[in-house]
Amino acid sequence: MGKQSPGMKLLVLTGAVVGALLIGALLLLMAGANPLVAYKAMLLGPFSSRYGITETLVKTTPLILVALGIVIAFRSGTLNIGAEGQMMIGALAGSAFALAFPSLPGIILLPATLLVSFAAGALWGGIPGWLKAYLNVNEILSTIMLNAIAAQFVTYMLRGPLIDPKEVSYGTGFPQTAQIAKAAWLPRLLPRTRLHWGIILALVLAGLVYIFLWRTSLGYKMRTVGAQKEASRYGGVRVERMMVLAMLLSGGFAGLAGMVEVLGIHHRLMDGISGGYGFSGIVVALFGQLHPLGVIPAAILFGALMLGADMMQRAVSVPAAIVFTIQGLVVLFVVGSDIFIRRPGFAARIFKRFKTPPRPVPDEGGAQ
Amino acid sequence: MNEEQVKVPILEMKGITKRFPGVLANDHAEIELFPGEVLALLGENGAGKSTLMNILIGLYRPDEGEIYVRGERVEIHSPRDAAALGIGMVHQNFKLVPTMTVAENIILGMTELPLVPHLEEVNRRIVEISDHYNLQVDPTAYIWQLSVGEQQRVEILKLIYRGANILILDEPTAVLTPQESRELGKIIKLMVSEGKSTIFITHKMDEVMAFSDWVRVLQHGKVVAVKRTADTNPQELARLMVGREVLFRLEKEDVTPGEVVLELQDVEARNNKGLPALRKISLQIRQGEILGIAGVAGNGQRELAEVVTGLRSVTAGKLLINGQDLTNRPPLEIIKAGVSHIPADRIGMGAVGNMPVADNLAMKGYRNPPFSTGEMLHPRRILEFARRMIDVFRIATPTPQTYIKFLSGGNIQKAILAREIDACEGLLVAVYPSRGLDVGATEAVRKRLLEQRAQGRAVLLISEELDELMTVADKIAVLYEGRIMGIVPSSEADIETLGLMMAGVTPTE
Repeated sequence: MGKQSPGMKLLVLTGAVVGALLIGALLLLMAGANPLVAYKAMLLGPFSSRYGITETLVKTTPLILVALGIVIAFRSGTLNIGAEGQMMIGALAGSAFALAFPSLPGIILLPATLLVSFAAGALWGGIPGWLKAYLNVNEILSTIMLNAIAAQFVTYMLRGPLIDPKEVSYGTGFPQTAQIAKAAWLPRLLPRTRLHWGIILALVLAGLVYIFLWRTSLGYKMRTVGAQKEASRYGGVRVERMMVLAMLLSGGFAGLAGMVEVLGIHHRLMDGISGGYGFSGIVVALFGQLHPLGVIPAAILFGALMLGADMMQRAVSVPAAIVFTIQGLVVLFVVGSDIFIRRPGFAARIFKRFKTPPRPVPDEGGAQ
Repeated sequence: MNEEQVKVPILEMKGITKRFPGVLANDHAEIELFPGEVLALLGENGAGKSTLMNILIGLYRPDEGEIYVRGERVEIHSPRDAAALGIGMVHQNFKLVPTMTVAENIILGMTELPLVPHLEEVNRRIVEISDHYNLQVDPTAYIWQLSVGEQQRVEILKLIYRGANILILDEPTAVLTPQESRELGKIIKLMVSEGKSTIFITHKMDEVMAFSDWVRVLQHGKVVAVKRTADTNPQELARLMVGREVLFRLEKEDVTPGEVVLELQDVEARNNKGLPALRKISLQIRQGEILGIAGVAGNGQRELAEVVTGLRSVTAGKLLINGQDLTNRPPLEIIKAGVSHIPADRIGMGAVGNMPVADNLAMKGYRNPPFSTGEMLHPRRILEFARRMIDVFRIATPTPQTYIKFLSGGNIQKAILAREIDACEGLLVAVYPSRGLDVGATEAVRKRLLEQRAQGRAVLLISEELDELMTVADKIAVLYEGRIMGIVPSSEADIETLGLMMAGVTPTE
């Protein structure tokens, strides 16, 4: 019901993006930059070179992983705002594990490291899950608070127990771990780019999450909990367990995303590795209609937007704040335009209001 | 205005058409209401009665058509416009603020109110009106202190206080005891004798016959019949409404009750506010037996059903199913013991609105073959099952993949019924199973319950319709303030006694 044709959808989306960019153009003009040059870099940059395309996919990878976790949580009726912290904790645990066993062969070390990060992220997500399910603690608050705790804990570990011994001996004291054994790295997909196998892992997991949610009875139970808690309790589902499980999985995916960033790109853990992916992943999940497969194009789009914003900043050298503002405008407009897609009559109703102001009806009103 | 012609309609709706996406809710519907008369609107679920009335009080705008009040063409944009024309409505769910007093509720939202209202003056007028119409309500009482019947009187008072002379009552007796319904009938008679007019929406034939002067029957948004009440009878009306002959008598086979399936021993439980809701409830239901629970809503029915299905824990007493002690066991164990449940809250509890009909139908069976092997579901088998259920139970849905929230209330109920009856293996708990359903659907529900009985299942039937209990149940227990006032065989029960027990009066032997 209430669906528009694909052509209409595209028109609405394009209109939304154009609207956002028009307002953004005003900001760019105020900052003394040429909006045309800026937008050319932003819109074409991510797609017009080998570098642009691969870097877009590099950013897409953690976005998909985080968003998959968000989809599982949202579909099960819990709101996970804590992916940022879960990413950090996952990356921390995985890195510590990989550093502790540098001599293991890659075929064991790589999967084991990923599993450890998944488990650690799951734990960090499971805590608010348990608190919500059994003590009715609002998970939005608890996940956000755990973000702060995770960030401080990771900073402490990077400056203390896990700091690269070289940083200490050189006296630079940069907060990062030593490099992880090469055997554990995610191999590059294309030479001379940063694109790594993480994107393949993310795509495979997206398919698996789809099967999990729509083809298994566990997934079905979780979706009924999300759609109607009372109904699933009535149907014999142990609602509390499903909520905890959803948050475990959600945190696990975020933890995995953090570790994939480490093993695919930086090869060591450093501050700020989550890079806002934990929050962007929420937007990606919603963009993707909370569907594991819808998340893929949404993440690519968002990855391109992030990269394009970077490129625009370099092309016209405007303050980063303006770039973030334009990014935000695009998201706001696109999300807001959704109502025109969901409710076909909506546009007509608004325009009618402008066209015919209410007036008293003449007695011989002409009804057709 | 019109001086000499007495029979000029006070209200006319002409050619009212209202479309919703995919649905024609009203199709050139016509209404005529005369001063001092009661018009009954009769129709199946989804026939368009409520839409038509919502147009009249300005909640919806018609796509086509005209409304005339006292001969003048009017446009009603909001309930406020309607109130200015003297039109008011008592909705099925009362629109009262529980934490405010009767007087405060009555003046709530009135435009001509001074900044600081003279509450004594308001109270005095309320008492005046309530004395006149015999609507006894204390204006200083809080709404939450009042019974449902009293709350309804407040709603009516509110309309009269504001000068309404066209009153729309949407299924007003659904929440009342038989005695309260009769009181309401008297109030309506008094109001119309003073020249006010009433539109009365109902499913119940006897009320149409007792209260109304005219009947209009709606079908698929159209007015298909206009009758003087005096010139018609319930059978004819039912036929006009459903489009076929309706049985008012159901065949009830003789079944010899078997083993005890459900047994409650001195069960006590609390409601959501933590107050005692069930007090020392003891009862038994055997195979092939239907135990009906009568009572005014809110006297522990909901808690009773939830205790039996494991959704609410008991604070004392025992719950036995087939002799097995299942006190305070999780719902899943009780489901596995063969208990099915048709809940009162269809959309909140019985169905997941944002899921396809097929997934909703599989909500009980998905754990086991053929719907799943291990953890993997078999969507095709679920779909096949859904198609069969849709066919057997005549669920009107565009496809099995349609989200169930897009179905009408009656069809959602049929889907729940299909699922629960299919899964039932011993005890069926049915809570208000025919509430809000039209005669055709009600008949189908009752037949299914009797089928279950004939197949040797035990049925706990909680209902607010005494005639339903008397035709379907073998025994009737009356619940009042969480206590069983008495259990009577339905063959010996009469409405008078049951009504008194529902009001808390212990029957004198």
